[in-house]
Amino acid sequence: MAARVLGWLAALALVAGLVAAFGYAPREAVQGNVQRIMYLHVPAVLTAYLAFGLVFLGSLGYLLTRRPGWDRLALAAAEPGVLFTGITIASGSIWGKPTWGTWWTWDARLTSTAVLFLVYVGYLLLRGMVDEPDRRARAAAVVGILGAANIPIVHFSVKWWRALHQPATILGPESSPIATPIALALFTNWIAFTLLFAYLLAKRMQIARLEDMHAG
Amino acid sequence: MRERAASPAFDLMVQAEHLRKTYGPTPVLDGVSLELGAGQGLTLLGPNGTGKTTLLRILATLLRPTSGSLRIAGADALKEPEAVRGAIDMVGHGSWVYEDLSAMENLRFWSIMGGHDAAQTRLHTALEEVELDTVADQRARTFSAGMKRRLALARVLLGRARLLLLDEPFTGLDRAGRKWLGEFLMSFKARGGALIVATHSFDAGVGVADRVAILAGGRIVLDRPAAELGPDDLRRLYDELAMGPETAS
Amino acid sequence: MRRAWIVVWKDVLSERRSKESLNALVFFSILLLFVFQFALGPERARVEAALPGLLWLGFILSGLLAFGRTFLVERENDCWEGLVLTPGDKSAIYVGKLAGNVLLMAVVEAVLLVLFAVFFGLDFTGVLPGLSLVLALGTLGLASVGTLFGAITAQMRARELLLPVLLLPAVVPILLGSVSATQTVLLGQPLAEAAAWLKLLAAADVVYLVVGLLTFEFVLEG
Repeated sequence: MAARVLGWLAALALVAGLVAAFGYAPREAVQGNVQRIMYLHVPAVLTAYLAFGLVFLGSLGYLLTRRPGWDRLALAAAEPGVLFTGITIASGSIWGKPTWGTWWTWDARLTSTAVLFLVYVGYLLLRGMVDEPDRRARAAAVVGILGAANIPIVHFSVKWWRALHQPATILGPESSPIATPIALALFTNWIAFTLLFAYLLAKRMQIARLEDMHAG
Repeated sequence: MRERAASPAFDLMVQAEHLRKTYGPTPVLDGVSLELGAGQGLTLLGPNGTGKTTLLRILATLLRPTSGSLRIAGADALKEPEAVRGAIDMVGHGSWVYEDLSAMENLRFWSIMGGHDAAQTRLHTALEEVELDTVADQRARTFSAGMKRRLALARVLLGRARLLLLDEPFTGLDRAGRKWLGEFLMSFKARGGALIVATHSFDAGVGVADRVAILAGGRIVLDRPAAELGPDDLRRLYDELAMGPETAS
Repeated sequence: MRRAWIVVWKDVLSERRSKESLNALVFFSILLLFVFQFALGPERARVEAALPGLLWLGFILSGLLAFGRTFLVERENDCWEGLVLTPGDKSAIYVGKLAGNVLLMAVVEAVLLVLFAVFFGLDFTGVLPGLSLVLALGTLGLASVGTLFGAITAQMRARELLLPVLLLPAVVPILLGSVSATQTVLLGQPLAEAAAWLKLLAAADVVYLVVGLLTFEFVLEG
């Protein structure tokens, strides 16, 4: 039931976000309307980080307590997390195409996000290959914990790697002070995505609980 | 139709209650409860594939049950498996023998892993007891199944296990071997250890048993002191309960 | 730790007698050399330019094979359960297996370096100390994750598939850092130039080791 409330809230927030992104926020001078994809890209990556933080929490929780609820949390967070990471990469690529001329240039942020994507797709693949629930949860938890611990390391290594070859490309709002309408639109969309994630998480946990009950 | 004896209230090594293990929708174990005291031997009978190995592995803390409780030597084996593992040893289908190592080297490895004294003399004495001292430095690759099992038992001797779980330990042994194993198990019990032998052939394992239990359909369908059952009774009950009513004479 | 040492002793003995892993891995390294050469074409300059990357590519590919076999001897001899039932701190087993893998990788890396030197007429003698440091840091990172994930995938049917899928994304920082630092060293530049990368490698090593030490017992259960 809580999930349904979340669902409605998320839907409302998403509409508000769309309005903010296309109606309220100004058209960017240099990049044009393509820049509006930032309102998709940035909230998506923030939500992905939230998701993987929850995967870490669920993994830790399971290893410490052995209660299946924690493992369900990890699974239910990982799937939307991979989804949002995919959205981040795709939107980043689309955003960059007019600016760079190609779909991909190994930009530091995009590359780190891509590595993150690979890590958690691997996590889901691993889960798919182990049948016994306890072994699956433990194995996934270890991979999830290492994956989370690795996030800052990956971030820095990719950033320095890029700095060797090219100055960082401008693909984010950090390059200039943010005007209020932009900040507001970003914020609205971020809330919307977080609500959407919460809805997906709750729903997925429900399904997981039903799956476990059916199996046991 | 389930018959269960009350066990005397002394030092309980194993207290299992309502153990269930399901793989997907099929339950392999469907509410197994049993108790075993120190110095007691339990023979677990059942046709192949009925979950004896699964039950043994759960009792060994190698596998977690889907539900139920398990206490070993008084400690909760599900919450703190590490605390009880020092007291458990197992001789299963695999005998934990590294084939490229010699008998002595195998014993040395497992002794140190178990935190026991691994002095050469001590290891050699254990090999003598299981009559493998003549091949002490030979690679285990050359050993027969029976010899590997004896090596596993030497390992048990060197340890401090108080609960010994054996899965089909008599298979592949000739008459002398079976007699020898029976004596080994009796002396293990005499030293205060508890043991559970899982087997599908009951001429062998029953000799060491103080109690006999039959596992069928994921449940214990019989649990009686061995003294109460003559060999014919046992065979009859086994056919009835384990093999199904159609085969009862 | 006595038990970590006995694990290494057991693995070295087993390996020395069966000679399974080491011979095949060394031979694999030789093959890689040829494959790299054929893939890059006959021009020497192209190979020299790509050398740091090729070296680490070779190490990682060999590493994948080696780490996948970390618990092979336990699987083949049915000893996995025995390790699970050993009382006390399981991280000793992790340390022992890790040490074994590092030793294996060290041999493979030495062989690969010698082969590269011979086949491409390169001279590593001047840069050996710096190169050794980079190799040590990188290999430790690869092996700490490789041993952990090797244990996770050891009991699975799809282990040959799953180990690379899990390992490669996780060791991206090691790859980036090691290649960059190797490049600096091979160009004859002083080690201080690569200091940032070396620090990153060291930090990554620490993180991976700590995670491995803390979580290994959960992997080793049934």
